[in-house]
Amino acid sequence: MALPQVKETATEAKLAALSIPEGAAWSTSIREDALARLRKVGLPHRRDEYWKWTKPDSLNAPEPTPAALFDAGGENPVFDAIDRLKVVFVDGVFDPEASDDLSLTGLEITRLSDAMATDIHWAKDLYGTLEARGQDPVARPFAILNTAFATDGVVIRATGKAEKPVSLIYRHQSETSDAILHHVIKVEEGAEVTVLENGPAAARFNKVMEVDVADTGTFHHVRAQGRDHERQAVTHLFGRLGERSTFKSFTLTVNGVLTRNECVLEFTGDDATAHVAGASVGDGKFHDDDTVFVTHDAERCESRQVFKKVLRNGAIGVFQGKILVKEGAQKTDGYQISQSLLLDDDSQFLAKPELEIYADDVACSHGSTTGAIDEEALFYMRARGVPHHIAQDLLVLAFLAEAIEEIEDQELADDILERLDGWLSRRRG
Amino acid sequence: MGNMLEIKNLHVKLEEEDKQILKGVDLNVEAGKVHAIMGPNGSGKSTLSYVLSGRDGYEVTNGSATLLGEDILGMEPEERAAAGVFMAFQYPVEIPGVGNMTFMRTALNAQRKARGEDEISSADFLKLVRERAKELKIDAEMLKRPVNVGFSGGEKKRNEILQMAMLEPKMCILDETDSGLDVDAMKLVAQGVNALRSPDRGFLVITHYQRLLDHIEPDVVHIMSEGRIIKTGGPDLALEVERNGYENLKAEDA
Ligand SMILES: Nc1ncnc2c1ncn2[C@@H]1O[C@H](COP(=O)(O)OP(=O)(O)OP(=O)(O)O)[C@@H](O)[C@H]1O
Ligand SMILES: [Mg+2]
Repeated sequence: MALPQVKETATEAKLAALSIPEGAAWSTSIREDALARLRKVGLPHRRDEYWKWTKPDSLNAPEPTPAALFDAGGENPVFDAIDRLKVVFVDGVFDPEASDDLSLTGLEITRLSDAMATDIHWAKDLYGTLEARGQDPVARPFAILNTAFATDGVVIRATGKAEKPVSLIYRHQSETSDAILHHVIKVEEGAEVTVLENGPAAARFNKVMEVDVADTGTFHHVRAQGRDHERQAVTHLFGRLGERSTFKSFTLTVNGVLTRNECVLEFTGDDATAHVAGASVGDGKFHDDDTVFVTHDAERCESRQVFKKVLRNGAIGVFQGKILVKEGAQKTDGYQISQSLLLDDDSQFLAKPELEIYADDVACSHGSTTGAIDEEALFYMRARGVPHHIAQDLLVLAFLAEAIEEIEDQELADDILERLDGWLSRRRG
Repeated sequence: MGNMLEIKNLHVKLEEEDKQILKGVDLNVEAGKVHAIMGPNGSGKSTLSYVLSGRDGYEVTNGSATLLGEDILGMEPEERAAAGVFMAFQYPVEIPGVGNMTFMRTALNAQRKARGEDEISSADFLKLVRERAKELKIDAEMLKRPVNVGFSGGEKKRNEILQMAMLEPKMCILDETDSGLDVDAMKLVAQGVNALRSPDRGFLVITHYQRLLDHIEPDVVHIMSEGRIIKTGGPDLALEVERNGYENLKAEDA
């Protein structure tokens, strides 16, 4: 079927500004295939069901909207005190000077462009593979675009238990940068790795992370999106889970005019566990969209989605979450909760929780709520002498707790909490 | 002289509806004294304690209330607390996700800060809270839980008294702290209150039952009815209410 004219025009306008990076034959072939797939589905349009609450226009535009650099005022970035291996990207370009030596016991880390230029590389079987699987039943055009045009990233292979987390650090130095990063992570049997992400990446940021977790492998992911108030970001996290594997991802989203985080997970082996959680706080010009799709195609797997958003001054939060249980995926345990705390009447939370179940012996639940601050609790605390703004912050943190508790590592969780605390205290009037 | 809390001709209506609840309350609680208020359901006792602690939803249409001569009705709830007003809630509020200890320490330090005092150190706080909790037979596990969540009715009331003991307020208002308590818990609560009795602290104890007043001996007993104090007397007045109920009092008054 031919694309509608608006889509074709938008897609071709975008493509005119992009070119496929050079690489080995396999790389070119994967990228050209992605380009063909993109031409077929086209870029999203605001009339698309999947984009009805988040306007893709500024992401579609050939040029990014310039974004001011953020002055952190000397405050240390998140994860600063964590012992980790640093991999730094400046406006979407790997910076070897600022990065640590890419070697760590239990891991093989290579820059994406190096891997893609190598004739024989394990990444060949993974790059774009999970992304392509994740296009059905809903197209994710920005992820396809990413596979075709990503200029940088890392490929990580975990062969054992990684000594320390790999920390992907993004830095934003140009007001007009348009970064496309693609990371591929392969966790082998019994291996274990934690990946951290933080920092403003670029004026506009398109990122894909494909994570393949083999049987009994473990993947942890903690991400902090913040500091860049004018952020325009679309990110995709694709995960495949083998038997008895574990996948846990948490994202803190703070500030940003447009953030669309998609997470697409697929259980292919039995008895695996996947948790994906998000805590976001938005004030004013803030639009934050979490779109999650979990497919159960194996038995006795547990999936959990926990998303909490605190919104004020006209901030908008979106959640689209789906649990799809395929035929035969018996004893699936699926849980999904999305909640918002609106601190005023101007803010808005839009949620579409969905369950689609084709197996008869499953336990799935989902819930979505929108609420205001608990006035009774607020008064109780004030009557004990706690000032209004501190009482409110305590209630906000209490509200977000269920999502933050999804971070297993206490040191990382404390660090995230500290960021939240800082953000809240900077907004006390 | 010596008035801790002075309430004059206090008239209060609901903010949202045209309903007058307090219709001219006059009441003075001297420092060092315990005053009790009894009165039928719906007579306005809780409303009085809410208005004194600064809850939204009420409008003072006339009269005044001062703590040590200072107007409190114009203050925010947290300012009243820092000034020394404490109200033990008839229905303590559950706050999921906020730890009891965190809450108490935040409250104590906020009050100290508001009064220009130094914050209490974590170690000193811990020592103090353990000591006070022990006196009220509140175990460590309860301190760790979120504020009042999963507490039994009696545990909630003991937790109110614990907060009072930690905050050491000047004016303690206890709204039916005895309701829902078993005999032993009531003794603990009374002990907690009695331990805080001092020449520079006032108490206003709202109750329906004489039995609390057996343990916390009041200096003065007031009867409230339909938004007014209709009778004031000594401890005997409570015994009279216990024997004859409120009906006779009203008749006598009319
Ligand atoms: N927010 C409110 N909305 C509607 N009515 C109210 C409100 N607050 C108080 N009232 C009414 O005011 C009157 C006094 O209530 P209050 O709770 O002060 O009584 P009380 O003396 O404490 O009663 P009890 O002994 O049952 O605790 C009652 O008729 C009550 O219904
Ligand atoms: Mg009452």
